[in-house]
Amino acid sequence: MSLLIIDKLSLSIDTKPILQNVSMAVEPGQIRGVIGESGSGKSMTAFSVLQLLPDRSTCSGRITFAGHDLLTATEETLCSIRGNDIGMVFQEPMTALNPLHTIGAQVAETIRIHEPKTSRREAMRRAAATLERCELPNARFPLSRYPHELSGGQRQRVVIAMAIALQPKLLIADEPTTALDVTTQAEILDLLRRLVSEDGMGLMLITHDLAVVSGIADRISIMRQGEVVEEGDGATLHRTMQHPYTKALFAASGHQPDRAPQPPTAPLLQVKNVVRDYTMPRKTLFGAPRKFRAVDDVSFTLNKGESLGLVGESGCGKSTLTRAILGLDKTQGGEILIDGKPVFAGNTPDRAVRRKMQVVFQDPYGSFNPRHTVERLITEPFHLLDTPPKGADRAKAIDEALLSVGLTPADKSKYIHEFSGGQRQRIAIARALIIKSELIVLDEAVSALDVSIRAQILDLLTDLAARFGLTYLFISHDLSVVRSITDRVLVMQAGKIVERGPTEQIFVNPQRAYTKSLIAAIPTLPEGATDA
Amino acid sequence: MLRYALKRLQSLVISLVIASLVIFAAIEVIPGDPASFMLGFNAKPEAVEALRDQLGLNQSLIKRYFSWVSGLLTGNFGTSYTYRSPVSEIIGDRLWISLPLAVYALTLTVLIAFPAGIFAATRRGSRTDVAVMSVTQLGVAIPNFWFAILMVLLFSINLRWFSAGGFPGWENGFWPAIKALTLPAIALALPQASILARVMRSSLLDTLGQDYIRTSRAKGLTRRQALWRHALRNALIPVLTIIGLQFSFLLAGAIIIENVFYLPGLGRLVFQSISQRDLIVVESVVMLLVFAVILVNFTVDLAYAWVDPRLRARA
Repeated sequence: MSLLIIDKLSLSIDTKPILQNVSMAVEPGQIRGVIGESGSGKSMTAFSVLQLLPDRSTCSGRITFAGHDLLTATEETLCSIRGNDIGMVFQEPMTALNPLHTIGAQVAETIRIHEPKTSRREAMRRAAATLERCELPNARFPLSRYPHELSGGQRQRVVIAMAIALQPKLLIADEPTTALDVTTQAEILDLLRRLVSEDGMGLMLITHDLAVVSGIADRISIMRQGEVVEEGDGATLHRTMQHPYTKALFAASGHQPDRAPQPPTAPLLQVKNVVRDYTMPRKTLFGAPRKFRAVDDVSFTLNKGESLGLVGESGCGKSTLTRAILGLDKTQGGEILIDGKPVFAGNTPDRAVRRKMQVVFQDPYGSFNPRHTVERLITEPFHLLDTPPKGADRAKAIDEALLSVGLTPADKSKYIHEFSGGQRQRIAIARALIIKSELIVLDEAVSALDVSIRAQILDLLTDLAARFGLTYLFISHDLSVVRSITDRVLVMQAGKIVERGPTEQIFVNPQRAYTKSLIAAIPTLPEGATDA
Repeated sequence: MLRYALKRLQSLVISLVIASLVIFAAIEVIPGDPASFMLGFNAKPEAVEALRDQLGLNQSLIKRYFSWVSGLLTGNFGTSYTYRSPVSEIIGDRLWISLPLAVYALTLTVLIAFPAGIFAATRRGSRTDVAVMSVTQLGVAIPNFWFAILMVLLFSINLRWFSAGGFPGWENGFWPAIKALTLPAIALALPQASILARVMRSSLLDTLGQDYIRTSRAKGLTRRQALWRHALRNALIPVLTIIGLQFSFLLAGAIIIENVFYLPGLGRLVFQSISQRDLIVVESVVMLLVFAVILVNFTVDLAYAWVDPRLRARA
């Protein structure tokens, strides 16, 4: 008998339909992958199972878990099931833990809530054992640690430990690795797989990333706009898929923009022996402040018309380096030249140099002022010009920028909340294009996008590079994207460039162990899956 | 934690030094001669000269500053010109009314605001929430002296439960003194409680929307358990800030209420000293209040660190 049966589940919030007739099942010891893009209802399906839905939600259909009908169960019953029989792991490990409690207390809480007779001491002992199972050895991670003392991957292990402390029959993991680095992602997925096989629990693994699921899921459900459009076997779905959306999803996941490599020309950006130190708080009241070297003697050249990738795990210094190149921070050593001129003239960035580059950031939601119109947003770089265009010239520049990213001139009078994530990223690109900068810095520019949107933006970037002769510095932790859009790659680790070379060469024949581990950790789709 | 406390203590000392300089300078920049200012227009020159001597105005500026500061440190605040007695004694007497009154009012504030704020936050959007919020809106809007007069009319004149004003002194027993402070404390507390309840509510609502609350619910905690174990302590930071500000205000800002109830507290002392141009008393009371405010902020900083381990680590 199935552990969890979701049968014709429909959900609406404030009469807005969210889910329609969703059906799926999870067997003990089975991994059910649930895949969909944002807004497909995959997280809401998970919250329906736990009945942790927003207020004013109404469910119909049936969710049966180990003999209980969860939709009609009392709050008391649900509380006894949550955490005890069904554990849940969330997407954002940085915010999923209470910052004021130690990790030991938070794991022990799961035990003490469901077994009130257990002594505090015994609960802590079991918490230690559970953390140990989740590969957080007590010697290095004592129970008295607070969440802020741990990295994202380590926090996710604590969240998993909280969820499995009582060896639940079912674990729901909602995008458990989306916020993590590729190597950490591989470790967390291994951990989940091991726990499933050791405890024989069912796992509902929700993700937007086909490659993450296709390696480990027994069964896969594809969701779109609140419905399950296709369901199939994890190992063979890429061959048996019928629904056009599934096919499109697979195609987009492995999408390769059609780009021709650029012959090397004159250098545009030269980074020479750049050093960037951060000042840390003083250790003693009167001691000298400590320094943290985030970028350590980095040198590279980016030629005109070239696309250069910069990869590395979070904390390796790639964002710090980007800020230095953009002239947002002063460096403590070395120089950064654009067209032979330093970005910093004295203590302030040189406007004449600054206008040769623009940046597109990761978060299409946070990087715009919500109270400004699109016109005002995309014309912001004009302040870098000595004589900003006025009147008809200005209007023409705006229209051209919007048209070149696939939007219409009419969009200029709208506000940012009227656009989807993908459209916002197009607006960010329009903002970068408007003063005809040569160098565009793309800082995780496609990392927050759904796969199908990501494919479109990558095509757009390729097209724009060919039309305007743009030069890209492409910073990402997503190596498969870097592979598809760059000519050369720099691999950064602990503030240093540890490996560099032509993209294909690095991916096919990496030399350094660090690069090898990064590449090995990339989740891959099964052979032939993206041909459709 | 100890390093954090030491760091806060360091900034406390720096603040006090700056405050003393500012207060000293403020008295110095008053146009004209403080002695003739204090004695008024018709004073005899000999009297002015005697006062100048008593105030030490014939000494150099730096010497005066240091003798004033060392006086403050040793509890010798000088002698009041109008009361003809040591300032430290006058302030001491008044403090024994103002301090208990402030503590009493703040206790009432917290006792009213916490349940009201928590109650409203957990029933967000419901009728009870709207009702609590409307009442606090009124509490913020109504001036406390008007409310004080209403209470005197009701409880003192009609019901005769409390006396209409005055203070029997602590030497006549604890309860009579507390009884005399009750109506003033309520009048002081109501607007403060309204403000604090609103802060508590919005801070708690903010916290209840955090991811870790959802995590705790997924662990099997009931709404109530999630609130008490996870939300409340996280919601306390902005609340503590407001409580600190309120305590400082209650200590010094009770002038009107002290006048309504004829309480000889610090507020009235400042008021009277200013109208009698007794600069020695004004200077000392202001310094004392500044010290109290800085001390309260120091305590609030320590409370932050007690609540939030991240602050302890950052020091």
